[in-house]
Amino acid sequence: MRLDTSWRNGAKLLALMRPSLALTSLITIALTLTPILLVPASTTAAPGPGSSNETRERYLSPIEMSLSPDGRQIYVVCQGSDELRVVDIESGKVLTAVSVGRAPRGITLSPDGAQIYVTNSTDDTVSVIDAAALRVTRTLPTGFEPAGIVSDKLGKTLYVANRLSGDISVIDLTTGQEAKRLLAGRGASYLERSPDGKFIYGTHIYPNPGAFRTSPNSEITVIDTARQTVVERKSLHNVAGVFHLALSADGKLGVVTQLRPKNLVPLAHVEHGWAFGNSLSLFGEDVGGTVQVPLDELDRYYSLPWGVVISPDKSRMFVTTAASESVTVIDVSRLLDFTRSRREPFVNDLSASANYVVARIPVGHNPRGVLLSKDAARLYVANRLDDNITVIDTRTNQVVRTIDLDGPRTINPIRRGERIFFTADYAFQGQFGCSNCHLDATIDGLQWDLEPDGFGKDIVDNRSLEDLAGTEPFKWNGGNPDMPTECGPRTEKYFFRSQSFGERELTDLVTFVYSLPYRPNRYRSPNGELTPAQERGKAIFERTKYKNGNPIPERNQCAYCHSGPKFTNNRQVDVGTGKSTDRSPLIDVPQLRNIAYSAPYLHDGSARSLEEIWTVFNPKDLHGVSNDLRKEELNDLVEYLKTL
Amino acid sequence: MRIKAITSLAILAAAILVSFAPSLTPLATAQEMPRFRWENFTTANGLPDNHVFCVLVDGNRIWAGTENGLGRYENGAWKIYRPVDGLAHQAVLSLALDKRTGDLWVGTMSGLSRLSAGRIDNFTQLNSGLSNDVVYGVGVQGDFLWVATAAGASRLNTRTSQWALFNERNTPMYEIWTYAVSPAEDKVYYAVWGGGVLEYNVKTERWKEYDDPDGETQLVLMKDQGLIHEITTSVSYVDNILWVATYFGASRYDGRYWHNFLQKDSGLPSNFISQVKAVDANRAWFSTDKGLAYYDGANWAVYTPALDTHKPEMLVRNAAGTVTQIDVQTAPAHNYILGVDFQGDDLWVATAKGLSHGIREHDSKTGIK
Repeated sequence: MRLDTSWRNGAKLLALMRPSLALTSLITIALTLTPILLVPASTTAAPGPGSSNETRERYLSPIEMSLSPDGRQIYVVCQGSDELRVVDIESGKVLTAVSVGRAPRGITLSPDGAQIYVTNSTDDTVSVIDAAALRVTRTLPTGFEPAGIVSDKLGKTLYVANRLSGDISVIDLTTGQEAKRLLAGRGASYLERSPDGKFIYGTHIYPNPGAFRTSPNSEITVIDTARQTVVERKSLHNVAGVFHLALSADGKLGVVTQLRPKNLVPLAHVEHGWAFGNSLSLFGEDVGGTVQVPLDELDRYYSLPWGVVISPDKSRMFVTTAASESVTVIDVSRLLDFTRSRREPFVNDLSASANYVVARIPVGHNPRGVLLSKDAARLYVANRLDDNITVIDTRTNQVVRTIDLDGPRTINPIRRGERIFFTADYAFQGQFGCSNCHLDATIDGLQWDLEPDGFGKDIVDNRSLEDLAGTEPFKWNGGNPDMPTECGPRTEKYFFRSQSFGERELTDLVTFVYSLPYRPNRYRSPNGELTPAQERGKAIFERTKYKNGNPIPERNQCAYCHSGPKFTNNRQVDVGTGKSTDRSPLIDVPQLRNIAYSAPYLHDGSARSLEEIWTVFNPKDLHGVSNDLRKEELNDLVEYLKTL
Repeated sequence: MRIKAITSLAILAAAILVSFAPSLTPLATAQEMPRFRWENFTTANGLPDNHVFCVLVDGNRIWAGTENGLGRYENGAWKIYRPVDGLAHQAVLSLALDKRTGDLWVGTMSGLSRLSAGRIDNFTQLNSGLSNDVVYGVGVQGDFLWVATAAGASRLNTRTSQWALFNERNTPMYEIWTYAVSPAEDKVYYAVWGGGVLEYNVKTERWKEYDDPDGETQLVLMKDQGLIHEITTSVSYVDNILWVATYFGASRYDGRYWHNFLQKDSGLPSNFISQVKAVDANRAWFSTDKGLAYYDGANWAVYTPALDTHKPEMLVRNAAGTVTQIDVQTAPAHNYILGVDFQGDDLWVATAKGLSHGIREHDSKTGIK
């Protein structure tokens, strides 16, 4: 099941060279590749901007699963094919596929099992599926980019975590209308109901807003279902990226999967280990407060813990580690005993996991959703990038079967590149992959100290990967002229500190990155028309004169630098936002598409909101002319920018 | 029991009227007015500061906005929020509860804070679309938050994070010092300090102004023909009735007719009113610098420590102007009242020297003097 890595030997050899030599070699390779990259082709990789659609397949990308009430079928959310596939467990066959909305992401069943609810992240809806007829009967509106979903115990109310709007929709199932939205963590994504139905717990994949260059913080959002309000936010200190959660059948133990980034010190320290702490947070009566526990080992990492389930007897906990392509099995009794025996926090003690991890089971590419059979004898794992389900015997911790979901048989360059993007297999000790920072190929909301040039120097904000074609060069200083350079030698030198990609791997990776689409903009009306405020903002963005009628110098006009279809002129300019800790004041003009979703702003993330770009960081009108604007005009400008 | 001689001209006149009008029943009226046993909180028992600008009741949880922090009183204990805890500023001027979500909006001297189950997010004129950091008033209307600031009104759409600003350029607001807001489903009212009252029609999205027909003069030349004064401090829109407090009297407006209240011809203990909070179309509470006043549509009651002796005092004035003093043992913490909120039949009262809990006495043994 594991990726064959034998063909990476060439890259491994490169890694053994002196860094400078390896870098030179890879740049040479990248430059040599350039003419090839510009040729759209279906047989070879097509990493050139705009050519990726030619090789796009309709993969299934199973991401979440639910078990039918009788335990005989698995409902599989197929993110890539916009379907719910129904699998008969005994035969291992796909019985049917139900078309739902675009990019489905979450699933839950009504308490009586009669209804299946699937969130559609691109459409901002929930598909209600009649479980007997297996057809969509209703579509309900949600917030922006819905993900996790759960109903209350009575089946009267749905709770939906909305990733882009950072809130939780409370939907009255009688009327089908949103009753209200509750404030959740940034990037709200996953929900779970307590066994007694009194509470719903939520997680979020981006850290909550905080002060510049401080440790990130996240939360477990606790909703009282009787009052339908948030009653508690369990703080997760130094955590950015919280994924699935699970609760024991007795309700006394809760667990979330999470990342602990080490983004405040140079990432070059990856060679010393622990760029990310792949870990869990435990909560509930069994542990008292909230306790963070590591999953990694001293010299091996189990990257991107994502799905989690606890056996009904609370003896075992199973965690999918999406970037390490494995399942970690934890003995819960030993975990609790060890946790109670340690008075001080031990989440950074990577020797600790040996006390409670009992198995690491290799599975397929990018394992995500996980569930147990009714008798807990079988564990099912959705391998998102293999279009299949691994079946594990929970007594022996052995893979006993693979259920094929009938996806495409060929693996195209985009898919190969996607596998590379989502694996940690290339990094030193398997610490992390591209998707650790670009969560689900987006951002992580963090600012990183990437280079070994001293603490606190050249801090960079994580940039969006949406629709990148035509936005070259890359890197905040524009130092990487093209994507192969961005993903190749830079990755090897600063990130992975290990083997780099082979020629075809790099090409595939670039192809995948260029294939990442522009997500629908929620601030622009469906017909493309702008509101009066957005129109006024557009006029400010495009103005060429001061209010007094004098011409604004070209380089101080917003639309001069932020020009073209992606709102970048592909150059590097000094707009007065460089810091004394930056190597150069010249900053690459970033693309602005969907900028509303990628706070914070500026090259180092020092502007916590769009407004601060001008209210705090533009005293000399170098970053566009803003000091003659009234407050409402600045608001109009912000409203326009949010539509791009 | 004794009847205290009332010296004010109006009350003396009322007393004379009573002496010649035995058919009036002041005793019955006085008995019907609500009575309270007052428990007072100061820094001595946990209040963040004795200068309490505002108070808000959320079930069994009481929020007090003070000059030096936000206090939350629950289960007999105070928890204090200050900037070190994440609050935008220590001087808390206004409070509003989103009853649907349980989120608390806090207007301060330097920004707007949202408290949501322990998490605090701050909105300022630098990091958001808020028009000004001095937030005198806040109010929740569905998905919208309405804000009264020292530089006009702001409205936040909590679903889209879009801000809309309202000021002299897009409303009839000739003075931009907005001081309080009272949003309802159909209309939103702003008290504009020195600029009368502004009405926003939710359906038509249009603004309308209400001004003192006498202009800015303190003289009341045209009583009951419009707003009592331009220096408005508070609005309360309940059951389609607008109540307005000013520093020179109060007004009630039913959409067609105005009725004005002055110290000289009503039971108001003072024309200097910081807040009005309506119970319904006919009843309202007035926070004045000379006590807390209640109006039931005909009769008045005033609760305060006496200005001279500081002894607890409750005065009842009936529709005919007869004033009766009720023998009480407790009073609000101070005569200078800044705000009030309801907890069932109980009251919570913000004063210049403490927070007061008025515990309603339904079967009082207190006699009428």
